[in-house]
Amino acid sequence: MRQKRHWYDYLWIVTPIYLGLGMFNILFAWLGMISFSLPLLISIFGGGKLYCNRFCDRGQFLSLLGSRLKLSRNRPLPRWMKHPAFRYGFLVFFLAMFANMLYVTWLVWAGNRALGTSIKLLWTFRVPWAWAYPVEVPPWVAQFAFGFYSLMLTSTLIGLVVMALYKPRGWCVFCPMGTMTQLISRLRAGRPAEAGCGGSCASCTACTLSRGTEQEGE
Amino acid sequence: MPSKRVARVGRGCVACGSCVKVCPVGAIQVWKGVEARVDGNRCVGCARCAGECPAGVIDVKAREELA
Repeated sequence: MRQKRHWYDYLWIVTPIYLGLGMFNILFAWLGMISFSLPLLISIFGGGKLYCNRFCDRGQFLSLLGSRLKLSRNRPLPRWMKHPAFRYGFLVFFLAMFANMLYVTWLVWAGNRALGTSIKLLWTFRVPWAWAYPVEVPPWVAQFAFGFYSLMLTSTLIGLVVMALYKPRGWCVFCPMGTMTQLISRLRAGRPAEAGCGGSCASCTACTLSRGTEQEGE
Repeated sequence: MPSKRVARVGRGCVACGSCVKVCPVGAIQVWKGVEARVDGNRCVGCARCAGECPAGVIDVKAREELA
């Protein structure tokens, strides 16, 4: 059965456009703040993981490449990659890198550091070409753009590698935004009311099988 | 008549919603952004969700095992 397609099913286009625009003018990297703040805002205001489930351009892009274009081996992820320790460890690492990027931006703003006009992959390797920002902006604005674009390019690259080697949306298992929004959703949801068994409800299906209740969804 | 097999979401669901998109009968929903849940009455046990789940936490079992 073919499901009806909605406008948001085409948001995958945002990923290549975003990365492409950044190559012409690094200041477009600032647009990435939308996909950084929107998932958090949706979760905070009770939308759960609606962003991941419906609007995430990267998730859709990886699905498109991995599932529809069959560029994924479609193998299970290694056990360590699915372990909560890795998931939360990656979140801490990612946030530390984000904080470092903000610190560098602050140093440039304060005049204690010169603007660094390079993009780094995996926080280590400099991309060997010059990047343009043909609009006059304060140096800290450009610094943030360079740092943020590095972050977005690196995470996209990791997502593509995991997609190719394992499952199309393997990145989602340890995506820092997904981890944060799920934590917020858990805090908001509290203990599932219908988990009458006393344990943490992990959708064992027993409830709906025995009671036939309608689920509360998004 | 309900299918003989039914999907079940185990611990470790990241609520990404991949399973929701591939379910042909709309039997899966993401509950409040916390986890995916299967409506056992609607599930036809096709296992597409299990194949799509990146976290590998969905398995499809015989209905009698879960009832």
